[in-house]
Amino acid sequence: MNETYRALAEFAQTWGLLYFVGIFLCVLAYALSPRRKAQFEDAARMPLRED
Amino acid sequence: MTQLQSSAGRGSGATEPGVDQSGKKMTFGEGGLAFVFAVLALSCITVAAKTHDAAYAFHAYLSAFASLAAVFVILNRYVDRPAALPALEIDGKPNYNFGPVKFATIAAMFWGIAGFLVGVIIAFQLAFPWLNLDLPWTAFGRLRPLHTSAVIFAFGGNVLIGTSFYVVQRTSRARLAGYLAPWFVVLGYNFFIVIAGTGYLLGITQGKEYAEPEWYADLWLTVVWVTYLLVFLATLWRRREPHIYVANWFYLAFIVTIAMLHLGNNATIPVSVFSPKSYIVWAGVQDAMVQWWYGHNAVGFFLTAGFLAIMYYFIPKRADRPVYSYRLSIIHFWALIFIYIWAGPHHLHYTALPDWAQTLGMTFSIILWMPSWGGMINGLMTLSGAWDKLRTDPVLRMMVVSVAFYGMSTFEGPMMSVKAVNSLSHYTDWTIGHVHSGALGWVAYISFGAIYCLVPWLWQKRELYSLRLVNWHFWISTIGIVFYISAMWVAGILQGLMWRAYTSLGFLEYSFIETVEAMHPFYIIRAVGGVLFLIGGLIMAFNLIMTIRQPDLAEAGTGVPNPSLVPAE
Repeated sequence: MNETYRALAEFAQTWGLLYFVGIFLCVLAYALSPRRKAQFEDAARMPLRED
Repeated sequence: MTQLQSSAGRGSGATEPGVDQSGKKMTFGEGGLAFVFAVLALSCITVAAKTHDAAYAFHAYLSAFASLAAVFVILNRYVDRPAALPALEIDGKPNYNFGPVKFATIAAMFWGIAGFLVGVIIAFQLAFPWLNLDLPWTAFGRLRPLHTSAVIFAFGGNVLIGTSFYVVQRTSRARLAGYLAPWFVVLGYNFFIVIAGTGYLLGITQGKEYAEPEWYADLWLTVVWVTYLLVFLATLWRRREPHIYVANWFYLAFIVTIAMLHLGNNATIPVSVFSPKSYIVWAGVQDAMVQWWYGHNAVGFFLTAGFLAIMYYFIPKRADRPVYSYRLSIIHFWALIFIYIWAGPHHLHYTALPDWAQTLGMTFSIILWMPSWGGMINGLMTLSGAWDKLRTDPVLRMMVVSVAFYGMSTFEGPMMSVKAVNSLSHYTDWTIGHVHSGALGWVAYISFGAIYCLVPWLWQKRELYSLRLVNWHFWISTIGIVFYISAMWVAGILQGLMWRAYTSLGFLEYSFIETVEAMHPFYIIRAVGGVLFLIGGLIMAFNLIMTIRQPDLAEAGTGVPNPSLVPAE
């Protein structure tokens, strides 16, 4: 039981951490990429457009 | 006559005589659903006849009656409708389906008042125990889940379903998917509420906080919820906008996660189909962990993600300003949903749950502070350049104050999850105060704001009946919230300190009953706060009824609906 815990904890503390940081960096890259600036500015106005 | 009737969408009423019915065919959905309900009615009658449990038999009869009513309504609707189903577009504009949204809005207001009222009753019961009346049906233990379910699932749930059906249509510029499905979701969900609520009063419960309904109600909710998800996804699928607006992401996260939590926490095996009782497959501390994984994420995804969706649509709309930073909203979304799911163990500090799991819950709760405040800043800063509107528009003020409460309770929550703080706050009324600063301040206020916006839009009115009454509602309720949360802070900290006080000889200084007696004045202040909040709700209901009874926009002689602000008289 203790061995299993230690192995799982070690995995979570190393690869788990890297995985989360990786995902967070991907989100940052997606959200902050200058390429999508215009697209997001347009998206922000979606609720204000009347049909 | 080629103009099609939209199902209450454009405010048109029942089908007029002379509508084109030639070549009408029953759809598979209509026939199939009517057949399923007929079979369900028969099964329910069988169950009602064979069970030995009177409360369960009552539920079975209620379900049989509701199923027969559903068959009748489906067939009647088929007979009355024109041959063609409602068009997706009329003259190039989406033919929105707002009927289910209207129903959910009214249901939300009804359940809200009922839930606040039961809250007031149980608050007074705590101060004056004789109000339990010595009857099983009116005992605190049965009324308390009635209160929590009525405000969270009945009031909050109808607000979420209603606004999500509104927002997904408007931001997708597409009609809601499905012909009967949206009505099935709204009516089916409210039927679940009725079964759950009457069950608590009659003593049917599986004893899991915020998940009290028994197996048969859970199964029904699963069917309703999966339909909800499908309607939402299918509407997004037919969208005419290239991008899915961020509010819809939050709604989608709410729907998907609640489905997952509901299935995980209700993995029960019924004793028999003729018994309301079931047993959960999890045991001991694992069951506790699953319960609080569910419980905390009900807070995270039902009471937070869903209402953040409301914030991201209704605040920009009402302020007539785009959201402060769309990029921040994306980061907010992903950070929030990735982190929230781990925070549950903080409900089980200093229990049999392994220490590492408690520490994990605490750590993630503290990390959660960042996306929460990112979202709060995004909501508040949307007002930048339009702060003057707070002075003239009490609806916008209500929503902005709700975001401020969101910030406050998402600061308080992580703080209370720190083990050292939790050793003082756990099991005390501080927790109740924290929950209500979130529930009354954040969830209810953003809902009130959304409903105040929605009612004139849906019923095609120029404005609300009275902005002055909104102002009264705002101030009375706000004073009520302040009474409530400050009484509970003092009560909770006092309680915590009294529990841990030792004499010089090492004995506990206070007996438990002494700590209960010390709570009495705070319980009265809390109940008064609740009364004020209820009065605010009644003012709102009156204002909404009068708004709906106003002449229509078209009759009033103005053109396009203008949801932006019109100052008070």
